[in-house]
Amino acid sequence: MPIQPRHERTPRLNPSATRSALRIVHASDRASEAQQRTWPERNHRLWNNPRFRAILLQTIVVAIVCAFFALVAMQTASNLRTRSIASGFHFLGRAAGFEISPGPLPYSSRDSYARALAVGLGNTLRVSLLGILLATALGLLIGVARLSKIWVISTLASAYVEIVRNTPLLLQLLFWYSLSQVLPSPAHALRPLPGIFLCVRGLFVPSLTWDGGLLWIGAALLAFMILMLFVLIRSRRRREQMGQGLPTTRLLVGLATVLLSAAVLIGHPRITAERPALMGFNFHGGMSISPEFAALLIGLSTYTAAFIGETIRGGMLAIDRGQTEAAAALGLSRVKILRLVVLPQAIRVIVPPTTSQFLNLTKNSSLAVAIGYPDLISITNTTLNQTGQAIEAIALAMFVYLAISLAISLAMSLYGDRLVPLRPARCNP
Amino acid sequence: MFRDRTNAIATVAFVAGLLYWSFRFLNWAVVNAIWALPQDAGSNLCRVAQREGACWAAVHERFRFILLGSYPFDQQWRPTVASLLFISLYAVSTLRSFWRPWLLALWIGVPGAAVLLLRGGFLGLSRVPNEFWGGLPLTFVLSTVGFSAAFPLGVALALGRLSRLPAIRVLCVAYIEVIRGVPIVTFLFMAAVMFPLFMPQNFTVDKLLRAQVAFVMVIAAYLAEVIRAGLQAVPKGQYEAAASMGLTFWPTTILITLPQALRITIPGLVNTFISIFKDTSLVAVIGLFDLLGTAKAVLVDPKWIGFAVEVYFFVACVYFVFSFAVSQYSQYLERTLTARTLH
Amino acid sequence: METAAQAQNRSSSTTPTLDGVRRKDFVQCGVTTGAGGFSAPDAKGEWRGMDVDICRAIAAAVLGDATKVRFTPLTAAQRFTALQSGEIDVLSRITTITFQRDVQLGIEFPAVNWYDGTSFIVHKALNIKSAKELDGATICVSPGTTNEVDVSDYFRKNNLKFTPVVIERMEDGTNAYFAGRCDAFAQDQSNLAAVRARAPIPSDHVVLPEVISKAPYGPGVMPNDLRWMEIVRWSVYAMIDAEEMGLSSKTIDQALTSDDPNLQRFVGKSGGFGAMLGVNSDWAFQIVKQVGNYGESYDRNIKPLGIERGINRLWKDGGILYVPDLR
Repeated sequence: MPIQPRHERTPRLNPSATRSALRIVHASDRASEAQQRTWPERNHRLWNNPRFRAILLQTIVVAIVCAFFALVAMQTASNLRTRSIASGFHFLGRAAGFEISPGPLPYSSRDSYARALAVGLGNTLRVSLLGILLATALGLLIGVARLSKIWVISTLASAYVEIVRNTPLLLQLLFWYSLSQVLPSPAHALRPLPGIFLCVRGLFVPSLTWDGGLLWIGAALLAFMILMLFVLIRSRRRREQMGQGLPTTRLLVGLATVLLSAAVLIGHPRITAERPALMGFNFHGGMSISPEFAALLIGLSTYTAAFIGETIRGGMLAIDRGQTEAAAALGLSRVKILRLVVLPQAIRVIVPPTTSQFLNLTKNSSLAVAIGYPDLISITNTTLNQTGQAIEAIALAMFVYLAISLAISLAMSLYGDRLVPLRPARCNP
Repeated sequence: MFRDRTNAIATVAFVAGLLYWSFRFLNWAVVNAIWALPQDAGSNLCRVAQREGACWAAVHERFRFILLGSYPFDQQWRPTVASLLFISLYAVSTLRSFWRPWLLALWIGVPGAAVLLLRGGFLGLSRVPNEFWGGLPLTFVLSTVGFSAAFPLGVALALGRLSRLPAIRVLCVAYIEVIRGVPIVTFLFMAAVMFPLFMPQNFTVDKLLRAQVAFVMVIAAYLAEVIRAGLQAVPKGQYEAAASMGLTFWPTTILITLPQALRITIPGLVNTFISIFKDTSLVAVIGLFDLLGTAKAVLVDPKWIGFAVEVYFFVACVYFVFSFAVSQYSQYLERTLTARTLH
Repeated sequence: METAAQAQNRSSSTTPTLDGVRRKDFVQCGVTTGAGGFSAPDAKGEWRGMDVDICRAIAAAVLGDATKVRFTPLTAAQRFTALQSGEIDVLSRITTITFQRDVQLGIEFPAVNWYDGTSFIVHKALNIKSAKELDGATICVSPGTTNEVDVSDYFRKNNLKFTPVVIERMEDGTNAYFAGRCDAFAQDQSNLAAVRARAPIPSDHVVLPEVISKAPYGPGVMPNDLRWMEIVRWSVYAMIDAEEMGLSSKTIDQALTSDDPNLQRFVGKSGGFGAMLGVNSDWAFQIVKQVGNYGESYDRNIKPLGIERGINRLWKDGGILYVPDLR
């Protein structure tokens, strides 16, 4: 916040005290008394008081904003009345009466609007979370590729970033969706791998069902966690005493293998793979990914990955070359340099812009409305057109998105706070 | 030695893969492609060759519609001239020697002139209602008018956000955070569906104006954040020097703080403009025919169903050319401006 | 600029829509984004169709000129909001009249201008002869349409299952169906002929014989203007009455000199019906002269698509079009 000059038009002196002081000093000086009486009168003093002006200004601004909102609210209420559009959130309890393309949550047209919106929200969260994971992974790849010494790889990565960043996201989504529409029909589906089918109706993969033995697996997991804690504490203690800890990675992998095998042998779980098969019109069984979902996921991930890649590259480049050189002088291998020196410092630079990219991805998932994926905005759109209650429906959607944005910002700032203690204390003048 | 060998092998492998796929792509896009069809022929030739060759005939036959929308055919010189006006405005703004206060006036005047030209109704130009505006001129109008109108609002919001008066600060923060936390599509729906409910009974506002107002509101919030970063980057010494000269808040802001802040944020402003330019494609969702909307309309024509890849590729190229040029300029600015401000 | 008195009148008027139409001097008509036969732009960009003709008839009645209409293309999901917000004056957009729309949404449907029902179009390669064979199929539907509800109810009643693919815009839905995204497309039967005509290879598609629901179409208006509602109703009735009385755009001029009291009332020479409706006395004459009668509208728009008139004939020809006379 900039320093505001506290400039007043009148000097901030207590007139009566000054007067009495001057009376004592210049007891017989009538002229000076007359001079003091030419100071500004009492009623100007209030106006010249900056605090008063501040309060007045704020009151005026707030009053104008309130008046504006009140005017709009009155006009809207009158319009709603003349057009006999209902008000309030009662519509949430009514039967929705429209279908939604099937997804993970069960839904039928007889369920309520509230349930339809919940299904939409579930779809939004699903595509956002998966998108964030994919985008981060892909972005890491792109960032590292751009820094690669192999000219071909870095140029390809640069070309990718430039192309993806300079075309609108909606266009990319429509492009991916139209690609899915040239896939063959189910009867002539592509078979990239045995059991996996790719056709215009979507991607069909086998699903695994786990049957029995869960108790033993749970016990093994618990045992593993306890043992892992034990191993880590022992290793640390040993490092403090002797300078070199236990080979934790190898120990933990060995433990995991032993425990898992024991659980499987004792528990006898049956793992059945369900292969999708073409029966009648469609594939049944297995897991399916609809072309709308796939197009949205691929489009969002590739778009956001370009931005995240740039952020990661910027973060890595921001680390002083001296750090890398010093670490190399200490004899650390390239991988160790990356892991212990560059990455921890780079992450502090990378996290804030990456958070905003995650937020952008979540907001951009609303473009699903253009390719027919039933996300929250899509279902809100149908709801408001069915019930006529545009204000309630859109307000609800905005509230949900604000909550999601806030949650992601909060999560990332907590993660960022965790890194703050590592920053050395600064001597700030 | 080992590194060089990996480098060499990797390079060879990648180049080989690249060459193979480029060869196949060029085969599809250029060698086997159909560039034009006879005037009234159907698209059967294209359909037969669909897998092997691209059907650029779809673009060739409809490129006037894609670029200019359903503007009356004989008046299409008007949107062309309007587009050229916008392009020259952008070009002029890049020249450092033109960075004077009257450039701001140009940013208000040129969009206004272009809109008037598209609208007509004077000097013998026929009146063209804005349901018929479309394609590239519409994209330019939405982004440039949006940017110009949102700029003063964004500056006001940024100043308000940094204000020490709590009521004003809270209002500005609330506005900025709400708009930035919500997808832009929601605001477009709000504009399309809710604005008529806010207006008095017989006061109809056409869809384009509604979308424009929604854009201005959104752009102002994003600009406010960029300008705020600039305001906070102005060195404290400037404020102190101004205070020591007896300047109060407003003269300091107008004469000293803002000019410096804006200069610092110019690359950020340019980047925001690129984002806005791309985001205008969202109006296709509410049924306006900007560049992307016209492309979708072409694909609905029975003759060209299924040639989405070619049409979208063309539109992507148009967007890419503009965006890439402006982003390269922005990077150039970042390099040269920071060099000058470091002291 | 209007005077204060006029503004005062406007705010307390009982006929806001009619006043608005008179003031703007055109009718804002909500139509589809392109449904052949009912409302679709032709190659020159002019809107043509039966629903378009209804709007033109209303314009001819109120403003005396059937060309004073502006069209707003709306998707099925957007149509009611556009009407409720006042963006359009009348919704003439193959809208099925249902309880929910009439009572819950509060939209008034003054008249029925086409009787239809939901049916399916399927890929010929699937070798399906009846809708009952669609068990397990993927079906494209538009959200917010009666087709969607009809399909759900039909499948539930017959113990069949289907997978819905919900696509908002009809053109996107049609494209998805052509691309093979779904096995069948559920639409009103009259639409399906137009859909088939738009296919890259029309002979690859078959319209199934079953009509699984009733779907009376009619123009929709807001309930806050009774006079406007009556004008819309009687514009539709006038077109049907004209066909019943044998009046067409070509023969209406002769009715001006006729002695038949029915014809005289119709063309406005007696009865004063125009004034009672708040329009010019020759309102019905202008409708038939500029737009034509119901039969002409059908012949011009729907017949070329190969859709039979079916029950949409006059009652004395074996159909169910039976409307009150202009008396």
